[in-house]
Amino acid sequence: MSKKKNIAAPTPAPTGKIYDFCGKKKMILAIAIAVILALVVGVAVRGVDLAIEFKGGTMLTYSYTGDLDMNAAAAKAQEIVGVNVSARQGEDLESDGYQLTLSFSSEEGLNADRQFELTSALTEMFPDNNLELFDSNDVSPSSGREFLLKCFLAMVVAAVLIIIYIAVRFSKIGGWSAGICSIFALCHDLVAALAASIIFGFEFNANIVAVILTILGYSINNTIVIYDRIRENRQLYPKADLNELINMGCSQSLRRSVRTSITTIGTMVIVAIVVFVSGYNSLLSFAVPLIFGLVSGTYSSLFVAPVTWSWWKNKSAKKKAKND
Amino acid sequence: MKKIRKSTLFIVAAFIALFTVSSITGFDYYFGDNSTTVVKGVDDIRLGIDIRGGVDVTFAPADDYDATDEQLDAATQKIKTRLGTLGINDNEIYSDYKSDRIIVRFPWQAGESEYDAEAAVKELGEMAELTFRKGTDSETDEDGNIIPTGELVLTGDDVEKADYIQQPDNLKWVVLLKLKPDGKEKFADATAELAGTSTPISIWMDNTMISYPTVDEAITKGEATITGNFTSDSAKALAEQINSGALPFKMVTTSFKTISPTMGEGSLDAILLAAYIAFALIAVYMIVLYKVPGVVAVIALIGQIAGTLAAVTGWFGFMPGSTLTIPGIAGIILSVGMGVDANIITGERIKEELRSGKSLDSAIKIAYKRAFSAILDGNITNVIIAIILMGAFGVPSSFFSKILNSTIFRMFGATTEGVVYSFGFTLLVGVICNFIFGVFAAKLMVMACSKFKALQNRKLYGGDVK
Repeated sequence: MSKKKNIAAPTPAPTGKIYDFCGKKKMILAIAIAVILALVVGVAVRGVDLAIEFKGGTMLTYSYTGDLDMNAAAAKAQEIVGVNVSARQGEDLESDGYQLTLSFSSEEGLNADRQFELTSALTEMFPDNNLELFDSNDVSPSSGREFLLKCFLAMVVAAVLIIIYIAVRFSKIGGWSAGICSIFALCHDLVAALAASIIFGFEFNANIVAVILTILGYSINNTIVIYDRIRENRQLYPKADLNELINMGCSQSLRRSVRTSITTIGTMVIVAIVVFVSGYNSLLSFAVPLIFGLVSGTYSSLFVAPVTWSWWKNKSAKKKAKND
Repeated sequence: MKKIRKSTLFIVAAFIALFTVSSITGFDYYFGDNSTTVVKGVDDIRLGIDIRGGVDVTFAPADDYDATDEQLDAATQKIKTRLGTLGINDNEIYSDYKSDRIIVRFPWQAGESEYDAEAAVKELGEMAELTFRKGTDSETDEDGNIIPTGELVLTGDDVEKADYIQQPDNLKWVVLLKLKPDGKEKFADATAELAGTSTPISIWMDNTMISYPTVDEAITKGEATITGNFTSDSAKALAEQINSGALPFKMVTTSFKTISPTMGEGSLDAILLAAYIAFALIAVYMIVLYKVPGVVAVIALIGQIAGTLAAVTGWFGFMPGSTLTIPGIAGIILSVGMGVDANIITGERIKEELRSGKSLDSAIKIAYKRAFSAILDGNITNVIIAIILMGAFGVPSSFFSKILNSTIFRMFGATTEGVVYSFGFTLLVGVICNFIFGVFAAKLMVMACSKFKALQNRKLYGGDVK
């Protein structure tokens, strides 16, 4: 086992305050459990509302005349069918008439009774528009389970490659465990974003896929910036122990982390506010989960990744000591 | 590195300005009423169906053909691939098993606002089926269509892969087919039978005969060449059509309509407004925090965004443009975020080095050097992610897709998913631009700035006054 080291650092001690990140194990564990719990409770209470492109569903097309508030129509339909309904307008090019298409996910299609109920509710709501059912299709998912599976596999492959990359580039500070911990932090962020999406009742659609991919890149980048500082400190202070290096690296990167996060989170907050004010609520299902993912990404790169990593290294060091 | 002069600042800044302006406005010239686009600008961006809406076409099998669910799935997949090959990365395709219908939605072409039904379907590609037949016999049906009747030798299903090449001896463009094992056998048998006779083998796309070569000898190595009066473009188009596969049944359109964007009409304006506000605030924030390096960072960010947009529009002649969708915008946001991060890391580093007492010149040099390892590792991991996504969800003929779909994602087959591809595309381009502008150009500019007497105050770089 390594000799008891002299703490005195040969290079001048770093300027600025050093915070004890490694001592926050309990807090980190508690937050991680809270995040997972939020997801589980969210799924149990609200359920996952898979969008039509992933689950299949029903598309009803109505022809109409005059002007029609399609958002009101969608809201009414949502009331009746109980899942998110997306409404889109169009112009038929053969008859030159206007058409309204309502689409929503459904298990077995919409039975005739419900369809009748919906149609009569809408004609009642828009008596002056000559609303008539033009077409009804029960569609199978366009990007179904296979797409999600392939997405998942693509992310696993990316994760493995990232672990290998980190293992090689950070071999001086024990790269494998660092790589795995960075992926653990990533999972933390993904769970946070998914939990937010489900708790807010957003549909699981292409937007959330974009959120997941964005967080994948952002979280890893954030963690690597911290690791880089730890790696550099290892060279400057070869005798310091890992916890000190981690505390030092995290403290030095703190300002950068906060400042970068202000810009990224700030951008998404602005997007969320603008789309909310201007009424494009469907974009909220992109902006809001992303904000949660980014907040988690900032926190997890400073706490979850380095601290689980220090815990891992200390534990394996102890084990080694026992065996020796 | 060579000595950096003051003039470097102006050269780099002018280069970025020129690039930005040209990639936003593009360059068109008018000859009479015809406008020719020389350099593509933001007006030439094809916006996704989620942002701008597009066309909704419903297809059904022709002649009341009863398609099986598997055939519908196959047709759906092929239309998807075809759309991807055309650079329309964004589309929605639904199949309805009960009524045998396929609903295809895809965005307007850039700049197009009037509906042109013919162009829309043409863009989808012809629903053509490739056949090789013995002889050139055909008959004319009651509608005046010519229908091939010769005995079938091969169909598109027997083709493993089609390529277009220029024959070295006569410089003619041809389409080269590599056949699957049983196609190889069938082709060998047929060519053995016809070798030396005057009966040719005719090659058809639907009801059009492309060529009818006579057979000199049996062809057993499983390769067939289609000659005809091809240009490089028409040979490429045919090869891609064969690669994406013939549809399992003939389809007709049953309805055509326009469709409003998923995100709502005018959502792009909202996104742009948010982008302007966010960028303005980031610019102010960076300049207040980092002064000179902050100003440089803003210039570099403008260059990075322009670079990403240029790649989406197809500004770079060597690569085709892409469709801009919400996930694509997410890719841009992520890469811009990383660009800001790179500048913040260096800005912080310059401050630190100045505070530890180094001279301005060496502080800048060391700061860029030390910051680079973090920026490099962070960006490379994102490149890995982008490549995996582009490979997994790109069109089968694309480079990354060829590698990944034949190895890691073998069990899935080549599923093209434009929205994910579009994310990978903008992320990859954004990260590359981040290296060019956020790291290289920014370093040149900051170092050049430090040569000006007026800009040599350490405070302007975040250092303490000595």
